[in-house]
Amino acid sequence: MSGVSTHDSTAVHHDDHGHEHHKETFISKYVFSQDHKMIAKQFLITGIVMAVIAMLLSLLFRIQLAWPDKDFPLLEAFLGKWAEGGRISPDFYLALITIHGTIMVFFVLTAGLSGTFSNLLIPLQIGARDMASPFVNMLSYWFFFIACVIMMSSFFVQTGPASSGWTVYPPLSALPTAIAGSGLGMTLWLISMVLFVASSLMGALNYVSTVLNMRTKGMDLWKMPLTIWAFFLTAILGILSFPVLVSGVVLLIFDRSFGTSFYLSDIVLNGNILPNEGGSPILWQHLFWFLGHPEVYIVILPALGITSEVIATNARKPIFGYHAMVYSLIGIAVLSFIVWGHHMFITGMNPFLGGVFMITTLIIAVPSAVKTFNYLATLWRGNLRFTPAMLFAVGLVSFFISGGLTGIFLGNAALDINLHDTYFVVAHFHLVMGSAAIFGMLSGVYHWFPKMFGRMMDEKLGYLHFWLTFIGAYLVFFPMHFMGIDGVPRRYYAFTEFEFMQQWLTVNVFITWAAIISALAQVAFLWNFFHSMYYGKKTVQNPWDSNTLEWTAPVEHYHGNWIGEIPSVYRWPYDYSKPGHNEDFIPQTTPFSETMSSNLPHDFEGNAEAERIQAEWLIQNP
Amino acid sequence: MEDSSEDRVNVKARKFLMWLVVISSSMLFAGWTSGFMVYAAGSADQGLKVILPDVFKYSTAAMIVSSITMHMAYLSAKRLQFDKQKIYLILTILLGLLFFVLQVLAWRTLTEQGVFLVNYNASQSFIYIFTGAHLAHIIAGIGALVNALTGRLKNIAQVKNLYRLEMASIFWHFIDIVWIYLYVFLLLNQ
Repeated sequence: MSGVSTHDSTAVHHDDHGHEHHKETFISKYVFSQDHKMIAKQFLITGIVMAVIAMLLSLLFRIQLAWPDKDFPLLEAFLGKWAEGGRISPDFYLALITIHGTIMVFFVLTAGLSGTFSNLLIPLQIGARDMASPFVNMLSYWFFFIACVIMMSSFFVQTGPASSGWTVYPPLSALPTAIAGSGLGMTLWLISMVLFVASSLMGALNYVSTVLNMRTKGMDLWKMPLTIWAFFLTAILGILSFPVLVSGVVLLIFDRSFGTSFYLSDIVLNGNILPNEGGSPILWQHLFWFLGHPEVYIVILPALGITSEVIATNARKPIFGYHAMVYSLIGIAVLSFIVWGHHMFITGMNPFLGGVFMITTLIIAVPSAVKTFNYLATLWRGNLRFTPAMLFAVGLVSFFISGGLTGIFLGNAALDINLHDTYFVVAHFHLVMGSAAIFGMLSGVYHWFPKMFGRMMDEKLGYLHFWLTFIGAYLVFFPMHFMGIDGVPRRYYAFTEFEFMQQWLTVNVFITWAAIISALAQVAFLWNFFHSMYYGKKTVQNPWDSNTLEWTAPVEHYHGNWIGEIPSVYRWPYDYSKPGHNEDFIPQTTPFSETMSSNLPHDFEGNAEAERIQAEWLIQNP
Repeated sequence: MEDSSEDRVNVKARKFLMWLVVISSSMLFAGWTSGFMVYAAGSADQGLKVILPDVFKYSTAAMIVSSITMHMAYLSAKRLQFDKQKIYLILTILLGLLFFVLQVLAWRTLTEQGVFLVNYNASQSFIYIFTGAHLAHIIAGIGALVNALTGRLKNIAQVKNLYRLEMASIFWHFIDIVWIYLYVFLLLNQ
């Protein structure tokens, strides 16, 4: 990750401040940094690198899906025996979809998203010097980094990376000789994921403890920005669900390496009958999806939090229904633990149990709809500023609606029997948690880039990036709904062998071209990101006229965030366009005594003395 | 840069980290015991079907006594009776080691009964998963105790001494409770 060690040229200007307290070497500043802001940048840049890799993997399998009968000699030059004769081999195709899913879900949208923005914003927005344990925070990044390296190293082993899908269902994952990818590649996958879980947990522990214990004076829970609420609940989800994945993985490791039969029974492998008896692959599905479902909310909640903040700031309006937003986040978080069975409707589960999971699943539509309505109501008649961050936030709302609607289809057990494992599912989750979450993340990058690097990103490139990606993502994923309704199964290597699927080949060509164009659009982002880091326009302290605490910290970074005392907080973070005030924003640090002309009765929360002073002022200033 | 009041907040926040570790670790064992229940419900011949070795009773006793000595160490430290703290800490470590040995002995008894880890009735494999994972926690707990003890021997400041001791204590009581939970769980299923 060369970017980690070279970015932030502005650092040069303020180095002399840091020397008064403790000497920072290159290693302690950029590599083994314990400063949450630097760790956030490390997570972000590693996340971006992993996202680019996973995107390129998806292009490889898209090429195979679009042109299954065509040779691409260039592929053989790069991939060797995995693309003999210029065609992706079936084994490698499975490896590609597996690693694409794993990287996107875990490495980009979990670590890249939470790791970046929880780290950057939690201490800055609640008014803390750093995390509860900066050392554990540093470990969290380096475990993540090693997990990335191990995951990528599986591309350099003879038998290739893990190939049983990102959910690694046994028996494919439990029998090292089942398919090529079940061998060393699967072992590396498991090692990488254990390290990844350790990293996520260390991060999550810090986020929760910091939010609960280290808020500045006046920052009670109901004055926290919605970003913080979202990161906080995400971290709680991680703490409760990731250990369960570990317990499943441990059993899987014993099945793979020690001959136990937790998941294995009645297996015939290459003509040999295996002795394993009594195990149940469904047990893995239960343990996996008990993590797996909260995991999709771990992916989307931070994006929703970022969107709330960006939309309120750029609509110049208070977020609509702040309390409802918090309660619906809590509602989604709680419900996420009792819906995992909807991934398993066709495992032969008792139809009554299926009905229970169906009801809990459909209830999630309620808080999700509350959030959507509140976003739209915040936008309604606001003084909209279409910064790139705002566009991406609105894009998230769009994807969240169009992807969320198909969730209601899939949540129905009766419909799911038809739609399970078809492209309809692929379309659903790529819109609602893939595109939506990545748009939330990109929105956050555009919005907080000045906070991270002290410079602005280029707006025009941002618009180009947005429109190409937004249209491209719809063109890629929308046609997949129709393929799924027609029964086209996901993860199939080629559509040429089945007559009913052949008619979809032309659609595949269309989707692949759309994917290529969307991928090219990311070049605009990458150029913008890395170029602006050094040559972007210098930022002012509060470039978006925002209320939250992070913009009261100086543009230059100090380990400790604020010079002198940490600012106190007097009001909620969404006092935008408050009637009677001379500006259209009032930072959280402004006491009510300085805004007498705009104070409202409910601002004082029943404080009789404050109400009396306000009443007196109103009499004197009619 | 940090004044003393912020330091105090930081110690509180870091102690809270240990509580969160406790919660996430509980989920780990909850995952396994739920897995056991799902598995055992699979068919009638997939129950535990084994009489648990008596050694588990002795190891349980050792674990409970170690929790008491742990608490005594903490009380002594609070009363600034550092010699007592040292002795109780050493006792706790020794009881932890004793527990470890007893668990391994229990494994031996189990294998003599024909109950192996590699087993086509995975309910029985689960015994090894439960106890093995718990022993991994015991090792970590002993690490925390040794950390507290070396701090005491090096005569570190009382604030730090208490901090290390509290961290070790939260974790040690937790793994004590986890063992009782696992043992009762196994007893109820035997």
